[in-house]
Amino acid sequence: MIDKLALYLQYPFVRYALIVGVLIALCSSLFGVTLVLKRFSFIGDGLSHVAFGGIAIASVLKITNDMWLVLLFTVIAAVLLLKTGQNAKIKGDAAIAMISVGALAFGYLLMNIFSTSSNLSGDVCSTLFGSTSILTLTKGEVILCVVLSLVVVTVFILFYNKIFAVTFDEDFSKATGVRAEAYNLLIAVIIAVIIVLAMNLVGSLLISALVIFPALSAMRIFRNFKSVTIFSAVLSVICALTGLLISILAGTPVGSTIVATDVAAFLVCWIAGALRGGLAK
Amino acid sequence: MALITVRDLSLGYEGKAIVENLNFTVNAGDYLCVVGENGSGKSTLMKTLLTLRAPLAGKIEIGDGLKKNEIGYLPQQTVVQRDFPASVKEIVLSGCQARCGLRPFYNKEEKALALENMERMGITNLADRCYRELSGGQQQRVLLARALCATRKVLLLDEPVSGLDPKVTLEMYNLIAAINKEGITVIMISHDLGAAVRYADHILHIGNSVFFGSKEEYLKSEAGKLFLLQQQGGETK
Repeated sequence: MIDKLALYLQYPFVRYALIVGVLIALCSSLFGVTLVLKRFSFIGDGLSHVAFGGIAIASVLKITNDMWLVLLFTVIAAVLLLKTGQNAKIKGDAAIAMISVGALAFGYLLMNIFSTSSNLSGDVCSTLFGSTSILTLTKGEVILCVVLSLVVVTVFILFYNKIFAVTFDEDFSKATGVRAEAYNLLIAVIIAVIIVLAMNLVGSLLISALVIFPALSAMRIFRNFKSVTIFSAVLSVICALTGLLISILAGTPVGSTIVATDVAAFLVCWIAGALRGGLAK
Repeated sequence: MALITVRDLSLGYEGKAIVENLNFTVNAGDYLCVVGENGSGKSTLMKTLLTLRAPLAGKIEIGDGLKKNEIGYLPQQTVVQRDFPASVKEIVLSGCQARCGLRPFYNKEEKALALENMERMGITNLADRCYRELSGGQQQRVLLARALCATRKVLLLDEPVSGLDPKVTLEMYNLIAAINKEGITVIMISHDLGAAVRYADHILHIGNSVFFGSKEEYLKSEAGKLFLLQQQGGETK
């Protein structure tokens, strides 16, 4: 098995996949804690569907480097979702459902009508579940991924304390003169970037799993924000690596293998947390 | 000039006024208690004072060079906070956030301030404990310590003792009174008129009848007599 792995690791595309996988897992887990705690878990889901619509439009327009266009779409949708969440004419979750299902439907419709590909359902499937795209990354895409990941991590570290304050108590922050709205906007934009990045790894349907599972797992075990954040980042990276290696060795789809690993890790953390809670009592 | 002057203020939701033509002033060092029936607009008034929502009409004038980052606020607990994984230290320190501006990390001065306020509230021994595992009274002390980190001049409290048992309630009131004696202006919403009359020096009563004045004036006024009567009736039942 080790020999097989060593053989695979000689191929650059496998090494690229591992690098990108680890970075994406790291980024998505960092903001997961905030999303879960702000009751925004579904935003990830909604935005990923929007990104799917963006990819559909890009493929219809025959734009080869579609990442920038998709990024633009997703950022706009993130800002819009955040604004509707605050005005509350249509409640946040309903707005997310509206935008996400709408984008999904239009995306598929466009792909169907204007499709030039001979294997339409294969294309759709790989966009939704990410099947092989991570193994076909070009060097340019890898560099873009690395740069965006570094930006996300840097922003997270620099704004860590502000993100904590705004997540824990938005009203208090606003009342005491913290620019909470600006930071909310920043969070939304970064989430959009993460979603677009993560689409390469797990496809648009499974992104939420990558965002929320490490955070939920960490929250079972740890009791303060810093440990929860650090543990969920570490756990996410381990799960992504494990999932990638399993999928390379066993030939399973990359995205769903990683998510399955995340779910397994969650179960372990859940049991560990329950045992610890039981012992503490 | 007064710290806060409210002129002809109207509050409400979507154009419907709950409270109209509210006038009152708060001077530095005052202890103002806002009382009134449920749904009379007490919390709305506080959110308006904090500029979290816009008034329907009227003006709030801020005097004495009071800045936004000199206001402390003790809000009612939110659902999010009930299962938030955060240590006491992290929460108290977040009260210093407004002092940071764009600076990413807390400096020594702010960390010392957080420690000092934890000591003031008697929660230093809880510093590394998880917020959601604390008792209601301990949680309120944590939030009060955070509010003290944010304020230099004014502290606004929204029902600081709701859900606390009588012993802890008394401790909370004593802490707040001590803070007021140190020179910080206190504006508190309360259901508990007995405590309002005992601790505050000014009373603002909103609801069916509106009253603003000193505690002594309030006890002699119609609104005060009526409300006290109702409270006593409620207590003897």
